[in-house]
Order: sequence, then C-alpha cells, then structure tokens
Amino acid sequence: MPQPVIRASNLVKKYKDFAAVGGIDFEIAPGESFGFLGPNGAGKSTTMRMIGAVSTRTGGELEILGLDPDKYGPEVRSQLGVVPQQDNLDVDLRVRDNLIVYGRYFGLPTRTIAPRADELLGFAQLSDRAKARVEDLSGGMKRRLTIARALINDPKILLLDEPTTGLDPQARHILWDRLFRLKEQGTTLVLTTHYMDEAEQLCDRLVVVDKGSIMAEGSPADLIRRFSSREVLEVRFGGGRNEEVASQLGGIGDRHEVLPDRILVYSQDGEAELSRIHQLGLKPITSLVRRSSLEDVFLRLTGRSLIE
Amino acid sequence: MSVAAQPAAASSKVLGDLYARNAKSVMWRGYTATKTNTYLVIVSGFFEPVFYLLSMGIGLGALVGTVATTTGQEVPYAAFIAPALLAVSAMNGAVYDSTWNVFFKMNYAKLYEGMLATSLGPLDVALGEISLALARGALYAAGFMAVMQALGLNLAWSAILALPAVVLIAFGFAAVGMAITSYLKTFQQMDWINFFMLPMFLFSATFYPITVYPEPIQWIVQALPLWHGVELVRGLTTGALSTALLGHALYYVVMIAVGLVVTTRRLRHVFLD
Amino acid sequence: MSAVHEGRSTPDVATAKARRWGSWYVAEHRLRSMRAYAQTILATSIGNPVVYLFALGVGLATLVPTGVGDATYLQFVAPALLATAAVTVATEEFTYPVLMGFKWNPIFFGMNAAPISGTQIANGLALSVLARILVTCVIYFLFMLAFGAVPSPIGWLAILAATLTGTAIGLAIMAYTCTVEEDKGQMAVIMRFIVTPLFLFSGTFFPLTQLPLYLQWIGWISPLWHGTELGRLLTYGYEEPIWLTVIHVVYPLALAVFGLVAAQRIITRRLDK
Repeated sequence: MPQPVIRASNLVKKYKDFAAVGGIDFEIAPGESFGFLGPNGAGKSTTMRMIGAVSTRTGGELEILGLDPDKYGPEVRSQLGVVPQQDNLDVDLRVRDNLIVYGRYFGLPTRTIAPRADELLGFAQLSDRAKARVEDLSGGMKRRLTIARALINDPKILLLDEPTTGLDPQARHILWDRLFRLKEQGTTLVLTTHYMDEAEQLCDRLVVVDKGSIMAEGSPADLIRRFSSREVLEVRFGGGRNEEVASQLGGIGDRHEVLPDRILVYSQDGEAELSRIHQLGLKPITSLVRRSSLEDVFLRLTGRSLIE
Repeated sequence: MSVAAQPAAASSKVLGDLYARNAKSVMWRGYTATKTNTYLVIVSGFFEPVFYLLSMGIGLGALVGTVATTTGQEVPYAAFIAPALLAVSAMNGAVYDSTWNVFFKMNYAKLYEGMLATSLGPLDVALGEISLALARGALYAAGFMAVMQALGLNLAWSAILALPAVVLIAFGFAAVGMAITSYLKTFQQMDWINFFMLPMFLFSATFYPITVYPEPIQWIVQALPLWHGVELVRGLTTGALSTALLGHALYYVVMIAVGLVVTTRRLRHVFLD
Repeated sequence: MSAVHEGRSTPDVATAKARRWGSWYVAEHRLRSMRAYAQTILATSIGNPVVYLFALGVGLATLVPTGVGDATYLQFVAPALLATAAVTVATEEFTYPVLMGFKWNPIFFGMNAAPISGTQIANGLALSVLARILVTCVIYFLFMLAFGAVPSPIGWLAILAATLTGTAIGLAIMAYTCTVEEDKGQMAVIMRFIVTPLFLFSGTFFPLTQLPLYLQWIGWISPLWHGTELGRLLTYGYEEPIWLTVIHVVYPLALAVFGLVAAQRIITRRLDK
C-alpha cells in the first residue's frame, strides 16, 4: 500500500462528557474512494470536521497528507475540498462569482482561478447558469455548484458530507456520475452517507460506524459477503401480525429479522424459502426477493435500521 | 500548493493559524456581493445623516440659535450637531454591519463556515469584514463632510482630520460589535443592542450639551463610547484642539484592541474547535 | 375557542365560522407570535417614552427656554413623539413580518390552505397591529402624564389620534410590502427614504413653518404631521382653523382605508398563484 493520505489512530472527539467519536482507526490511500456509512448521530460529520482541520481532536492521532491538522490547519485546509452537509453557497453572489471568490480565499490569483472556474462550471453542467442567482438553482444544481467550488483549489482530497441527502433520484444519479468521474481522474474521495446504495456505488472501501465506533471495515461486496446472505426475502403479514408469524418461522432461512412492517428472511435462495412459508399454510400479503445490501449488513451489526 | 511546501515557516508566525494574511479576499467578496445589491440601498446610507442635518440644523436651528461647545465656544446649532451626526452615522453603520449583518452570515447563511474551511483564518474574516465596513463608512463620511463644507459648517482647517477620526470611531464600534455578536444566539438578543444604542444616541451630547444633566448622569454619559466620538469629531470640525482629543481617540484604540482579540478568539472557538 | 368545546365541527360549521371570524383568527395568530419578542416589546414600550421624553422634552428643551407659542417645549414635542412611536411600531410590524409570511416562513399560504381568505388575512394583520399600537400609545401617554406634558383634560384623545396616524402609514406600507416578491433591501429603502424623512420633516421637533417651502411640502403630505398637529390640539389646545382639523382627521382615515383595501386585493391575488 502506498503512503496513506489520511491516517487516524484511536481518534477521539468528546463534547463535555459525550464521546461523539470514541477512538477510531482508519487509513485512506491516495486515489481511494472511502466512505463512512452510518445513521444520523453516528459521529460521521464530527470525523469529517476533524479531517477538514476545523475541529480539534480530544485524543489519538490524526495525519492529513503527513501533517497534523491541529497544528497546520491552514496548510491542511489549502489542500482539501470540502462539501458540507448543508450547502453554504454565498447567496449574495452569482454562480460564477461563487467560484472566483472562493478561490481567492486560498490566495490564488484571479488569472489562475478564472479559467478553472469556467472549466468547473462545465464539469458541474452549470455553464449556462454562470450569471444566475444561487437562489434560482435547483437543489441538485446547488449541490453540484458546491462540489465545483470545493474543487477550485485543485485539492488532493475531496471531503463530501452526505452529498446526496435531500435530492431527488434523478439529481442523485447526475451527481454520482460527476463524482465517479472525479474518482476516475484519481481524486481521493472521502464521503459520509446513510444511504447504502450510495456507498455501494461510490466507495471502494468503507467503514460502518455507529455511536462513534467502527463496527466493520471492507469493500461493499466484502461486507455483504461477511455479514449477510446472498439473498433476502421480505414478507409482510400486516396489522401487527409479523411478530406472531415470525415465531412460526423457525428453521426457515439462515436467520430472520422482524421489523415493524415486515420480516426479513436471510438465505442463499429466497424463492425456495417463500415456497416453504406457503407450505406452512402462511399467506403473506406481499413478498419480495432481493439481493443483500449494506442495509442488511448494518442491521446485522447494530440490530437497527440505517434510516429511522 | 506552495503553502503546504513550507508548513514550518507558516506556523512560526506569531498569529499561527489565526491569520493567513488574506483579509483582502474577504473584502473582495463583500465588494462583489455589493454589486448585486440595490443601488438605492447603498446610497441610502449617505442620505440619512443629511436628512437629520437638514431637519435639525435648519428647522430646529432657527429656534435654538447658537450653542456653547465644551470649550465654551458659541457655534450655530447646525455646526454643533453636524459633527455629532457624523459620529453617530459612523457608529450606526459600523454597528449594523458588525451585528445584524455578521449575525446573519454566521448563523443563517453559514458564510463564515465556508470561509474557514479554506486556508483563511478567523482573523482574516474579522479584518476583512470590518475593513469593508470601514471603507464604506469612510465614503459616506466624505460625502457628508462635503455637505458640511457646502453649508459652511466646517469651522476650522482641522475639520479635515475628522475623516480619519470617523474611521477610527467606526473601527472601534465594529470591533466591539462583532465581538458581542459572536456571543449572541437569537434575533431577540440582537434587539437589545438597539435598546442600548438609542439612549446612547440621544444622550451623548448629540443634540445639546451634557451640562444640562446632573453630574452623576454626566459621568455615565462620559463613560460611554459615543460621547468620546462626538467630542472628538466636534473638536476637530470646530477647531477646538486640545489634549482631551487624544484621550477620546485612545478610548477607541482600546475598543479596537479588545474587540479584535475577543472576536478572533470567539470565531476560532465557534468554527475551529 | 368554542369550536373546541363542541367537539368535532362539520365542514359547514367550520366554513361558516371561518367566514365570520377568520380575521380574528389571523389576528390571534399574529398576537401569539408576538410573544416570541414580548420582552423586547415591553422593554421598548416602556424604555422609549422615558428616553425620548427625557432627552427631547427635558434635555433639548433647555435650548428652547421660551417654548413654542403658548406651550413649553416639552408640551410641544410630546404629542409628536407619541405619534412617532405609533408610526415606528406600525412600520416594524408591517414590513418584515409581512414579507416573512409570504416568503421565508410562508404562514399566509398555510392560512389560505385552511378556510381563511386573503381579505381576512389583511384584516387580521391590521387588527393585530392596531392592538399593539394602541397598547404602545396608552403606555406612552401615561409617561407623558408623568412628565407633566398634558395640560388639557381631553388630552387622552391624543392616543386615538396617534393610533390613527400609525395605522394609516402602516397600512399603506403593508400594501406595498405585499407586492414585494424578492427581498432586495426594499424595506431598508422604505425606512430610510420614507419613514425617516417623515419623522424629520413633519414638524416633530419644531413648527413646520420653520422649514423653507422646498422642505415644508413633505409635512403637508405626511400623515405624521397631521396626526401630530391633531395631538397638539388635543393635549394643549393648540389653535388652528377648523377646516385644517377636519383634514387632520380625514386624510389619515382615507389613507388607512386605501391601504387596507389595496392590501386585501394584493394578498388575495398573490395567494391565487
């Protein structure tokens, strides 16, 4: 493995007595796309802020591009691009001016920034909106502008906190496509998400975090293989009967989970399990066989669902 | 990135990660944002004190006649209030820019959060924001002084020094205003700033000498910043030069120093902790 | 309130009630949301009269020892300050809160989704602000009495005169605010180019006749001047021809009606998008 661009060991962040991040270890290689997957409040954003050199750690070690962010804040930040969870675009400025002005914050001369801004507007598919007001952009466009803005200083690492939360499906796919291109160009991407599909799409490797700790680490496929079965059968019995029916499902599938609205049966062959359920004389209202996802991994690791 | 090449050199600076010597980029942002503003809003800052001068100076001046300044000099009423209006408008502009404006950018627009995610430090943000407010204030003040000149209200050559004095006053209020704002959480708390400013505006020898008050009240007025600003500017425009003026100026130097230290610490605490 | 006790109301009943009482529901909503800044309202409605009456009626009065006409300077300026307070409250309530209701916190659209009409929203806002102005003026008047600024036994009628003045200017401003789709600082322009000049050129601190004609006309069209003169007539028996008194009453009334009807139409049209 080449020299990692980010290295954390036993990283801790406490707010008074509450440990938002409780001693985590990870390393991120150059060009890698690395994800933190976990529910809201897992400590993902806090970790991102520490990596972004805007939050001092309470304990442990953290190195970004070989520098300690607590000592070399401005030096670290000058090599990062940050896409915060909530867009903080400058609504007093036009679209293109947002990029130019942000570039100036890095002390870059306008003659360097101007061509780069135009190039990035193209990348963000916003060239025809250069003179528009930020308020008039759609949610997806604002998000792409925020990403373009984060790239103005040609960063070595791009930090994305919940990049597609709140976007409609089409806007998400456009954004994923853009991020995928960046990944292909060799930009190191570090992102947090509570969407398993996003993690599966974008991450080479990820850690599952919950309550400030890392529960598991690996590639999406690897995690699914280790913590879930190949297929999942979802059956619904409706009206609060799930719990009662579940007690009769002993011996069907590798194991099962009862959720408020449905039962998940983990198995190598979902269809086969469904016919066994029918043989027991049980009639689910709806049934669905699907492939295992990271959601199942999370459920297995924490006993809770990702989106609550 | 050349910055990263010499991290040791950069951090050996006394101010360390507080200041990246790039406050001008924050000023430039403000200037670019001003261009999208309504033209009328920008010129309105100039007209407000002029309206006061026309109303009080002409209308009330006819009833009042002349007034004695601190040094006992009898001056026409308009010449008495004009320097006060200059100081008040410097205060109002600086306070507005450093309180409402900063509060909104900090808590709603999340503008500073974005700035501090770059190589900028908190002191760049504070200095950049304040400098722009001062530049605008100086422009308004120059306009107002031209009006004073046209109306014959600059009574001495030293009036020219009133311009830097006004910038000093604005700097003092902006630095302290920003420091206070960094502690505030809600818009309701912001209202209390106005609540405090109104009596200061009315009582600080703006419209009549403070000798009308009993002595204890005079002491309170003299402890407050605006009175020092009014006396400083009035001394310069009426030509009543004395060492007292240096004392008034010193008051503002202290405000600036305290305000900047507190603001920078707070910004660091709020955004970089 | 009674709908709650009657249990579930049928659509017919709900519609009938909304038709009849809708304006009052809107007013109730506004008054409840004023609670968020109740502290500030209370502090300013007590602080403002004390500060202004003392600064101008006592402090500035020392520069005008002979008073104005038959009245002392305090008696002269007090009714003007009362009317100004009404205008200030009206401007505050009819600008940002109205803009907010359409834009940042679009409660008007929410009301309209319930069976409340645009006309009722306009009426409700007017009622709630009328109530706040009235309370402010009553408190102000009590302080005027305490300062000894009201020699006439029918002086309390000045409360109504001031309330009318504030409401008239406020409703006109509301009609305009309702047309604002995008906030480009129009509210600041209104404050600085309309409200402030009205305050300064309406014979507030000195008789309007002290001003040259090129400034005097502002007073003639200013509801604040009319309201102030009416207040003076009531608090200390200021004498003027009867036809002028009639104008002082009819002009603000007409403006209020015009403002309200315009606001009703504009709101109705805007909700229908």
